[in-house]
Amino acid sequence: MVHVSATPVLALRGVSKRFGAVQALTDVELEVHAGEVVALVGDNGAGKSTLVKTIAGVHPIDEGVIEWEGKAVQVNKPHDAQNLGIATVYQDLALCDNIDVVGNLYLGREIRRRGVLDEVEMERRSRELLTTLSIRIPSVRIPIASLSGGQRQTVAIARSMLGEPKLVILDEPTAALGVEQTAQVLDLVERLRERGHAVILISHNMADVKAVADKVAVLRLGRNNGVFEVKSTSQEEIISAITGATDNAVTRRAARSNGEIKK
Amino acid sequence: MSIDKTSTPPEDHVVENPEAARGSDVAVDPRLLVREQGLAGYVTEFKRKMKAGDLGSLPVVIGLAVIWIIFQSLNSNFLTAGNLSDISVAMVGTGMIAVGIVFVLLLGEIDLSVGSLSGVAGATFAVLNVTHGMNEILALVLSILTGTVAGALQGFFFAKIGVPAFAVTLAGLLFWNGLMLKILGDNGTINLNDNGLVAKLTSYYFSDVAAAYGLAAAVTVLFFVSSYLGNKRREAAGVPSRPLSETILRTALLGIVAFAAAVVFNQYKGLPLAVVVFIAVLFITDFVLRRTGYGRKIFALGGSVEASRRAGINVDMIRISVFAISGTFAAIGGLFIASKIASANQGAGGGDLLMNAIAAAVIGGTSLFGGRGRTWNALLGVLVIVSIQYGLALQGIASPVQYMITGGVLLATVVIDAVTRKTQKTAGRA
Repeated sequence: MVHVSATPVLALRGVSKRFGAVQALTDVELEVHAGEVVALVGDNGAGKSTLVKTIAGVHPIDEGVIEWEGKAVQVNKPHDAQNLGIATVYQDLALCDNIDVVGNLYLGREIRRRGVLDEVEMERRSRELLTTLSIRIPSVRIPIASLSGGQRQTVAIARSMLGEPKLVILDEPTAALGVEQTAQVLDLVERLRERGHAVILISHNMADVKAVADKVAVLRLGRNNGVFEVKSTSQEEIISAITGATDNAVTRRAARSNGEIKK
Repeated sequence: MSIDKTSTPPEDHVVENPEAARGSDVAVDPRLLVREQGLAGYVTEFKRKMKAGDLGSLPVVIGLAVIWIIFQSLNSNFLTAGNLSDISVAMVGTGMIAVGIVFVLLLGEIDLSVGSLSGVAGATFAVLNVTHGMNEILALVLSILTGTVAGALQGFFFAKIGVPAFAVTLAGLLFWNGLMLKILGDNGTINLNDNGLVAKLTSYYFSDVAAAYGLAAAVTVLFFVSSYLGNKRREAAGVPSRPLSETILRTALLGIVAFAAAVVFNQYKGLPLAVVVFIAVLFITDFVLRRTGYGRKIFALGGSVEASRRAGINVDMIRISVFAISGTFAAIGGLFIASKIASANQGAGGGDLLMNAIAAAVIGGTSLFGGRGRTWNALLGVLVIVSIQYGLALQGIASPVQYMITGGVLLATVVIDAVTRKTQKTAGRA
């Protein structure tokens, strides 16, 4: 069973972000606990990517507070986020095709022995890591170019696990993957949860969201449009929150007369 | 082939129980590339690599053998100790420049200024040492540094300003050539001291037969010991290691080549100093590229600039340093070339030098597309080119035909490169 701690690993409180005249995010709230997969969904332009980039430190927030394990923190640079224990796997995986799996896993943080690359230790740890994550690839010594799309995705995720992050952000990890490969990646997401990592999963695919996520946070036009428990919510409800079927002149009028906006 | 997906049975990938999955050995997966132990495994692996288009340096080794056989059949003086020794010494200048080119090609870039820069280095040394009477070693260091600084400057324009390397180094080609003519002044040609340090670079031979045999033995033993210890460490760490039989086979091959070369050198004047320096440079640069974090960063940049940047690699610094390295080796090569003709003249660094250096790197197997290659490729490539030059010279064939044949060989190599890349793509290994 999934254990969910009381204090969220990451909490966003009233986060806003502007780009010039564009209000990309307005008063966004988000909580992610350890051992929990939160799916972040929304239509194109809803602000998913912007939100992820504020957490990853690519875009500093304008207003609001980012809380890390209950304490307010400043995340102004990607480096800040990495130091906190946030790992992000972007959609373009950023792997080097010509370098083998071990080399890619340790790119930028090579293990050295007397100033020289310690290939043996890196290979041993790579095999260990891939085994614990039950990742299957033909060999850790073949170039990334030889791997399938799904295998590359799993390598990219494994790479993010090397720093033992507390929070892993996956940006559309199953986009452009086949059925079997998608299943492999979803397995991996579940394994991350079992190991007690908090996971934010951005996805357009409702089937994936229903399959692995515990909670679904919907963004619409840069605002929160509801947080749902996956188990007790139907796919239709989530989709209507994404498309704004619940957000029209009638519901807004009803909400005003009730004095609060339905969350 | 084990990575061919269509031939493998479908597999259940949904792991119901992660504990069970962890317990079961990963090697059970039929798609894994598991090498059989022993010599049989080596042969299967070799066949698999050949089929997948992973030819390595095999085409150039075969090509070199064919070239030597043809020239030997045309003129029995070709495969004599004297001629082979001369080829070995003559190739070092171009070979050094090609080593620098390999670094730049690994980034997927090109440096067109290396020919001119080699001329500048030769001229700088000649003027400082001969005209101004500066201390030899100081003049040598300063002339090599001119290459480093000029290369770094070009690297700066490429990395920081964002000018394409092709354009920057093309401008460099003209600029440094002009600078060389300016340094040489009205005289045009400055003769080097025949007994000086630079002249000795290509004229000195270790005439004691023990030198060549000792070096060959040392290289062979060193290779065996390092392979053996490396494998012991891999075994201890529980990662796949090469069987002992393969290590012995590789050592034997290396030993045969090393001692054959030693026998040839000793039949003539002995072990050439130039060859010792070149082998040392190849050994060090290969080590830097494949065993250090710096080398790994160069390969990473050749694979994906964006991935490198996100991995925290300082892309600009690596680029500038690689062009500085290219300039440095161009300067070193320039000194060897000046040494061979014992003078610095206005024609230095011109003609086919630039193209030969690039061709040597490419013929040896360095990819033009970045991210693949070794500095040892430069040795094989330059051996091919200089063999052709000497072979045709023995036949009394003039340089027009030399150019055409070298061009043909280069085209053949690039065709082989392109075809193997295609094969590798279909086999999923490119």
